[in-house]
Amino acid sequence: MTVVLNPTAGKIAQGLAAAQRPVSLDGKVVGLLDISKARGNIFLDQLEAELTNRGLTVRRFSKPTFAKPAPVDLRHEIAASCDAVIEALAD
Amino acid sequence: MPEPTAPMDAKLPEGLVAVVKRDCATCTLVAPLLKDLVATHDAFTVYVQDDISFPDLGNAAPKDDTSLTFSWHNNIETVPTLIEVADGEEVRRTVGWLRSDWQNFTGRTDLGSDLPEMRPGCGSLSVDPNLVDELAVRFTGSKLKSRRIEFAAMEDDFEAAFDRGWTDGLPVIPPTEARVLRMLTGIGRDPGEIVATVPPNLVDVTVEQVAINAVMAGCKPEYLSVVLAAVEAACTDQFNMHGLIATTYFSGPVIVVNGPIAKRIGMNAGGNLMGQGNRANMTIGRAVNLIIRNIGGGIPGQVDMSMHGSPGKLSFCFAEREDDSPFTSLAQSRGVAPGQSAVTLFAGQGPTPIVDQLSRDPDSLARSIASVLRSTHHPKLVIGMDAMLVISPEHGKVFAEGGWDRTALEERLAELLEVPGSELIRGAAFVDEGLPPDFADSDLPKFRPGGLPIVFGGGDAGLFSSVISGWVGGPMGSDLATRTMDSTTGASS
Repeated sequence: MTVVLNPTAGKIAQGLAAAQRPVSLDGKVVGLLDISKARGNIFLDQLEAELTNRGLTVRRFSKPTFAKPAPVDLRHEIAASCDAVIEALAD
Repeated sequence: MPEPTAPMDAKLPEGLVAVVKRDCATCTLVAPLLKDLVATHDAFTVYVQDDISFPDLGNAAPKDDTSLTFSWHNNIETVPTLIEVADGEEVRRTVGWLRSDWQNFTGRTDLGSDLPEMRPGCGSLSVDPNLVDELAVRFTGSKLKSRRIEFAAMEDDFEAAFDRGWTDGLPVIPPTEARVLRMLTGIGRDPGEIVATVPPNLVDVTVEQVAINAVMAGCKPEYLSVVLAAVEAACTDQFNMHGLIATTYFSGPVIVVNGPIAKRIGMNAGGNLMGQGNRANMTIGRAVNLIIRNIGGGIPGQVDMSMHGSPGKLSFCFAEREDDSPFTSLAQSRGVAPGQSAVTLFAGQGPTPIVDQLSRDPDSLARSIASVLRSTHHPKLVIGMDAMLVISPEHGKVFAEGGWDRTALEERLAELLEVPGSELIRGAAFVDEGLPPDFADSDLPKFRPGGLPIVFGGGDAGLFSSVISGWVGGPMGSDLATRTMDSTTGASS
């Protein structure tokens, strides 16, 4: 019978519960996060127009580069200032 | 690895101590002297490793060291060994039978006068190759903190590793305590020391965990310092392993080894250097990628979202051919001192050939190489992505004979790779891919400054070189990362 040493981090990621979704976007602030891939801005411009037409407040954000995780300060800023966020992954 | 505290039965007794085994002609030779010394000497202790009825000490009995606890902790390599102890500390020792030493230690000028002047000893059982791994587990295994996992009796070791999701798709060596302890002998670092924080899950990895994965990859202990340095380099913001493992792009870490360690551990810098067949090349890169998988959680189809991937994501590691290179080495071009061992990591995928069998003039060859580099990634995409150029010995000879060094080649390639914007804009050459029309009137460099590292290597014959196309370069993606290493302690900087 072979005994080996655990080669993994030994932790099982706990699933995180998704945040409560707003029932309605009325009066909410919606963040639009551009991950800086080509043409993501085109998609988000369209969304911004749609959301603004519905009377919502829209705030725009962008990651410095799509190739790295969003900086922690940016994530905090979005969480603190928006009720919902839409992220554009488009190429 | 620091030695654990020795148990009480390994403590050195005062006076003189002899360690022997029956299965040793020199021990048998000195056995009558031991009986004499025990009877006449105030404090004379004999330890025996294999048979407690040996030697005959008259009214006294030898101490039983068949567990080898005493021998292991007192670093007995040869029997007989005679040690002088004062105040609990070893003063001096002699190994084998050397009459003058034994007379000197015991103060008996007549001791063994009828014996030959000198007889070499035999190997101590505590360093017997068949026992040493088991002894290491018994005496130092407690240093290892990782959880022990017991495979079921009917479970095949190799299938068990696959079943637990620990492999890259190839079988791994089961990381038993004995193998991990042996791996750790390759360096002088505390197994509990944290080496790096491994993405994407940002988990601290210890020297021990690096060693476990190095065992699984098939590394030898002498490779461990290279693996450690490569893991450190990978897990930097500069190299950005996080983005590299998560991207839909093809790339993985390409590891180039420079300096004396490459030869010392038998790495391949010659024929087939990027291919199969060399254990160090194949397993060092594999260990790094297993660590990203097993510790960092970078698993294909989960965080690793690569669309095609690349065979290099199993292992892509080679040494630079430094002896006859016309260029300063990659490491030295990055500020590493000559003679210093180092690893440099580059985010790239598999090699693509550059064929030129006719150029004997360096400028012709540079133009040839530039024309292939121009199409790397896409002929109409510039600046964003890096490439590594691997110049072969036969191509290198053309540059050497023309008096071109690294700087000359770099500068000429940069000139040749200035591309008119009119060829790059969207719609040019009837291709939609390309740059916005604003760039039509500018000349743009194919590669950012520093985005075309050059390495020398390969077999003696073949008028080809290689381009290893890279990923997004620089602060926006991945920058090359270099770490030097001390090949004995594994410490890197």
